[in-house]
Amino acid sequence: MSQENVAIRENIQDLLDSRVVVSVSPHIRNEVTISAIMYCVLLALLPASLAGVYFFGFPALKIMLLGIIGAVAAEAIIQTLLGQKISVRDGSAAVTGLLLALTLPPTIPWYMVLVGSAIAIILGKSIYGGLGNNPFNPALIGRVVLLISWPVQLTRWQNPTYLFSKSIDAVTAATPLAILKNEGLAGIADVRLLDLLLGNRSGCIGEIAVLAILLGFGFLLWKGYVTWHIPVSCIVTVFLVSGIFWLINPNQYANPLFHLLSGGLMLGACFMATDMVTSPMTSKGMIIFGMGIGLITIIIRLFGGYPEGVSFAILLMNAGCPLIDKYTKPKAFGRVP
Amino acid sequence: MTIIRDLTNGIWKENPIFRLVLGICSVLAVTSQAKNGIGMGLAATFVLVCSNMVIAAMRNIIPAKVRIACFIVIIATFVTVVDLIMEAYFFELHKALGIFIPLIVVNCIILGRAEAFASKRPILNSMMDGIGMGIGYTLALLVLGSIRELLGNGSVFGVVLLGPRYVPFLLAILPPGAFIALGLLLGLMNKINTKLAL
Repeated sequence: MSQENVAIRENIQDLLDSRVVVSVSPHIRNEVTISAIMYCVLLALLPASLAGVYFFGFPALKIMLLGIIGAVAAEAIIQTLLGQKISVRDGSAAVTGLLLALTLPPTIPWYMVLVGSAIAIILGKSIYGGLGNNPFNPALIGRVVLLISWPVQLTRWQNPTYLFSKSIDAVTAATPLAILKNEGLAGIADVRLLDLLLGNRSGCIGEIAVLAILLGFGFLLWKGYVTWHIPVSCIVTVFLVSGIFWLINPNQYANPLFHLLSGGLMLGACFMATDMVTSPMTSKGMIIFGMGIGLITIIIRLFGGYPEGVSFAILLMNAGCPLIDKYTKPKAFGRVP
Repeated sequence: MTIIRDLTNGIWKENPIFRLVLGICSVLAVTSQAKNGIGMGLAATFVLVCSNMVIAAMRNIIPAKVRIACFIVIIATFVTVVDLIMEAYFFELHKALGIFIPLIVVNCIILGRAEAFASKRPILNSMMDGIGMGIGYTLALLVLGSIRELLGNGSVFGVVLLGPRYVPFLLAILPPGAFIALGLLLGLMNKINTKLAL
């Protein structure tokens, strides 16, 4: 062995003896764990959930509990069957179950919630290899499967019944967007924007209270688990596109604020589209992703068969996410293309 | 013995749908009902057996360079026969299967077996291979069709099994349901085969 090799060898030995850790990338490490993020997301969903319970009473609470229990049980069962490590304690299944429940109408039969959460976990997540490998948002897979399979039960809406009100009977009523689709602008003439902002309207359990959603999202932003890029680009796109149509013909198209505050746009943009697994990695990619969601949403709302299109828009953009990542990949430092 | 092996080969070990994954287009399209599945399966089986036999009989006189064209002509002949017979005697079924009966001409299983098996083997073996592959194909369609009809309509072969209170799971009889059901069955098949170490 030559002198040089001995020297190198001694250097490496010194390095290993010292406390220097030799490892492959990634080198940036963080205290944050999956479960910490998931429990923060649950906490962030709390205002919207409480608002849902306030407006729709105990049935809403029951649906949320069923969603969470169904998702956690489905994950435990499928992981046992597949012989995997059971990871329900990380809270990701609970988040999926709660997110699914928040996108369901308060009148939905109980077993549909269970079927939806089982499909969300099994067909939306486990089949692709579990958390981190799913190309689509699991909760939205559950919701869209339910919507396609049981269209009647999934679009049976009711006006808020309020938790502490004396009246027992729920009044069936279409969502503002459904009224807009079926009756045109005249139908929504007396819808007040303040009601939409606070959540005093018919709709899915978690989508109605826009203010509560924004409060929860603000918490996630403050924690630094999500960035503003996707929701802002999505909402701005919806605002601009619907605004252009409104300016062209205000007698035919609803005003852009109505589009922002109705339907599941806020819930989708803030909590579904920002799912770390199924959204692009770079900020440029996130902005393209958000704009795509906004554009598809408004196209479905204005010209499609369904009154609302946020779920479809997010799933479609999820499918395009690898492509966006490919074209927005940052250039490696110092490399000449 | 090889004849028996050729016969059983297509039913499980090289099942055209679950193992070879050939001719999926028509399978996905027609299996919204068990009855359609059986009808399609039997039609394809007839074409498969007849074309396999004729191609095996003519294997030494078909020029190698134009063999695919010759196979297609032979297959198309039998597909026309099936098409006209079904139109005459099973009109409802014929209407339900629609374009997928004429499309048997370009079904990958039939051309695949002609190319890979019948063009190299004697008539009897080719016939057995055709029967076995046909049974395997029909069974796969029957299983897929029954599951989808049961979930999506609450019935099998039109017989209501799940009662009036069952709310049909529409996804099962819609196109995405066909992909999901086929994928899950494929996974199950693979799992069983690893367990049996086939």
